[in-house]
Amino acid sequence: MTLALHEPAPAKAPPAVPGERRGRPARSGSVVLRVLTYCGLAALAVAVVYPLCWMALSGLKTNGEIFSDPWGLPAHPGWGTYADAWHQGVLGYLLNSALVTAASVLAVVLISAWAAYGLTRLALPFSQPALLLVLGAMMLSPTVALVPLTQLLQALHIYDTYWALIVLYTAFKVPFTTFLIRAYLLGQPVEVEEAALIDGASRWQTFWRVVVPMARPILVSAALLQALFSWNEYAFALVFITDEHLKTLPVGLADMAGRLNSDWPMLFAGLTIAALPMIVIFLVAQRHFVRGLSEGIGK
Amino acid sequence: MQRRRFRHALYAAPALALIALFVYYPIVENIRLSLFKFSVFQPGMRYVGLENYRQALQDPVFWKALANNLGYAVTSVIFQVGAALVLAAILEGLIGRRLRGLLRTVYFVPAAVSMTVAGLLFQFLYQPDAGLINSALESLGLGRFAHDWLGDPGTSIWGVVTMSQWQSFGYTTMLLTVAVQRIPRELYEAATVDGAGRVRTFFAVTVPMVREMTTLLVILTVSGAFLVFNEVMVMTGGGPSNSSQTLGTWLYSSAFTGDDMGYAAAIGTVMFAITFVAGAVQLLHSRRKAVAV
Repeated sequence: MTLALHEPAPAKAPPAVPGERRGRPARSGSVVLRVLTYCGLAALAVAVVYPLCWMALSGLKTNGEIFSDPWGLPAHPGWGTYADAWHQGVLGYLLNSALVTAASVLAVVLISAWAAYGLTRLALPFSQPALLLVLGAMMLSPTVALVPLTQLLQALHIYDTYWALIVLYTAFKVPFTTFLIRAYLLGQPVEVEEAALIDGASRWQTFWRVVVPMARPILVSAALLQALFSWNEYAFALVFITDEHLKTLPVGLADMAGRLNSDWPMLFAGLTIAALPMIVIFLVAQRHFVRGLSEGIGK
Repeated sequence: MQRRRFRHALYAAPALALIALFVYYPIVENIRLSLFKFSVFQPGMRYVGLENYRQALQDPVFWKALANNLGYAVTSVIFQVGAALVLAAILEGLIGRRLRGLLRTVYFVPAAVSMTVAGLLFQFLYQPDAGLINSALESLGLGRFAHDWLGDPGTSIWGVVTMSQWQSFGYTTMLLTVAVQRIPRELYEAATVDGAGRVRTFFAVTVPMVREMTTLLVILTVSGAFLVFNEVMVMTGGGPSNSSQTLGTWLYSSAFTGDDMGYAAAIGTVMFAITFVAGAVQLLHSRRKAVAV
């Protein structure tokens, strides 16, 4: 596999002055084309964002308003429905999701960083087969194996516990995350680490004091991608958790939709609360997301 | 020396152990289980050879699911790779930097929202009486096209597929933009000097230069389409009358509703085979790339 990437991509687009140059209307008639292009892009943006805004707004309406005037603004906006949704289960699902997400983010970054360090900097026995085993697993999707996974989790006595999800989310994403961190480490100089070792630091200390700070940008990207995955994962959460008190947001919301049936404002309030954290994190840490995605998928 | 090598191996050990136990073992075990008939409620397994696969060949729902996955894959490639590339090229070529960044961000936002949230939201948008889609059609004077999108077996899967495009195209557009940015500017300048128009330039420069990325995305999109589960489960549960089943949802309902675990394992093995072939193509592809570079 070629996963030997060189330098990490610059976090931002390279200073793309050329974009400006190319952006100038080149020939006659292209003004019309430009206007049409802008209209098309704007329409697409509206089609993307409107449903989400509508969802948030509908949480402020009454059921009657949603049905009689779906396009209108709420007549008496109030956060009452949001508060109700919060207390009618969403809070519990949110805490479960937060716990599972935090644990799996921590586990996946730690375990993958160790593995990536071992595979790039140390002479391991069987390092080639080990590398192939890790990276080969990126092509496999354990969701096809729901039946044996159920038996395995039952045999390990972690079926229907937080551990089932934490362990699976971690194991499932260790290959990709290791690949991401390994690619980054391959592009970094080893001199600083060697200096630390010569100064008497142990491998373990070097890992924590030199490698981790150096790899921070890619560790952040990896953590964000894992958070997005764990927060939104549905199939494992549906199959391996049956206890109502342990359900995470995606499954809990789907249950809530069935339970509430006709109380749409409550459902939309719940959906908005569930969607908000990841949207906010994405908007704040966008460049880390993009870096992780583009590094991970290869260039 | 030996001892140190052993200690070093400990760095990779947790990763290897997790992957072996929770990725490789279940997939191999799944193939074995597909040769048996068994139930959650009764102990004992009966070896039946390839009977579960024969059952799949004769199961109309299996074929319907496979066809739905295929439709999913083709549609996703058209929109999430083809249309997304056009969009990425337009964003990079025609739009000023600040606006470009804003649009890219806006288009990505649904990808940060879970399929469950998007699915439940669209379930309402498709709703026959008050859903925004029918309501929009009526106000445009197209009321005769309004109908129960997810409730009609003829359109149910397409309702799900459409939602999925809405949710995912911003993600691939983002990746393709990164690829387009890496194309050397000189190529575009040369094309302009040669008098090539925008469309020609797109096909003569952009498309060949981002082929690595598009190949990867095609493979990822196709594998994803054959594994699809979440959005179908949330929006239709595979119904009405199995019209929107996919292999993933049919596996789930065979296992946990039909209690035919061996058959579910066989469906899982078919999904594994399809996605494995896609993954192998990716691997060979990246090998070739490594040689080329």
